[in-house]
Amino acid sequence: MRLVPPERHLLRARDLVDARYADRLGVADLARAAGLSRAHFSREFRRAFGESPHAYLLTRRLERAAALLRATDRPVTAICFTVGLRSLGSFTTSFTRAYGMTPTAYRAAFPPASQHARIPACVLRAHGRPQYRTFREAGRAPRP
Amino acid sequence: MKISFAGVWVHDQDEALAFYTGKLGWELRADVTLPELGGYRWLTVGPADQPELSLVLNAIPGPPVLDAATADQIRSVMAKGWGGNVLLTSDDVHAAYEELKARGVEFTEAPEERPYGIDSAFRDPSGNQFRLTQLREIAVA
Repeated sequence: MRLVPPERHLLRARDLVDARYADRLGVADLARAAGLSRAHFSREFRRAFGESPHAYLLTRRLERAAALLRATDRPVTAICFTVGLRSLGSFTTSFTRAYGMTPTAYRAAFPPASQHARIPACVLRAHGRPQYRTFREAGRAPRP
Repeated sequence: MKISFAGVWVHDQDEALAFYTGKLGWELRADVTLPELGGYRWLTVGPADQPELSLVLNAIPGPPVLDAATADQIRSVMAKGWGGNVLLTSDDVHAAYEELKARGVEFTEAPEERPYGIDSAFRDPSGNQFRLTQLREIAVA
């Protein structure tokens, strides 16, 4: 019996975000990866994963930015563009909301990358991604 | 003590068998259906270079082994990508990547340099995550 749960198709969209977060990805691209119409896709993605495709994409970019801040000495502006964000101002705002400190302060708070060696990339990605936060939630304590 | 078998859930054993033998190029080790166990199918595969370790491809059973609601939860968890995790190593990840990609394996990460080596990732048809890594020698402090 072949029974493919609908989430398996949605997972392709989530995998696409994880692989191509640096590109100009829109909801239409993600819906296509899942084989669903745009409106249906956003609703189903939220139902399966508990957050909107947009929130997942943004927090994946922030997670990648955080990893680059820890592991490299590249300038914050370059990192912002590298992860697919195009406004330094909104990057700083989103990052601060997610991690509770500015990108520069975050970088200063962590030791060099060599101490994190041998942790598989999937573990880093899954556990380093911040909670999505809206402006309204900005006053609450961020996840450590 | 040694690990001889490790199991992953699969949505469909025939589809899984085609994937692991046809696309990954692993060996079929055992394919036995047991009528006395309600038709339970013991299906194992493994890489030719590692005869002492087999991966068991388990179908998700229904009642009375597993109640329908729990079976649905497992299917859902797997389809969302939080089922099994297997870490594979290879001496040449770039070559393995090209070969497997040409056979239609669904890579989620192309080979990239990491502090620990060259790393890539793919999924099986059920959503189980595999990493394929070429480990770098790291001096132990």
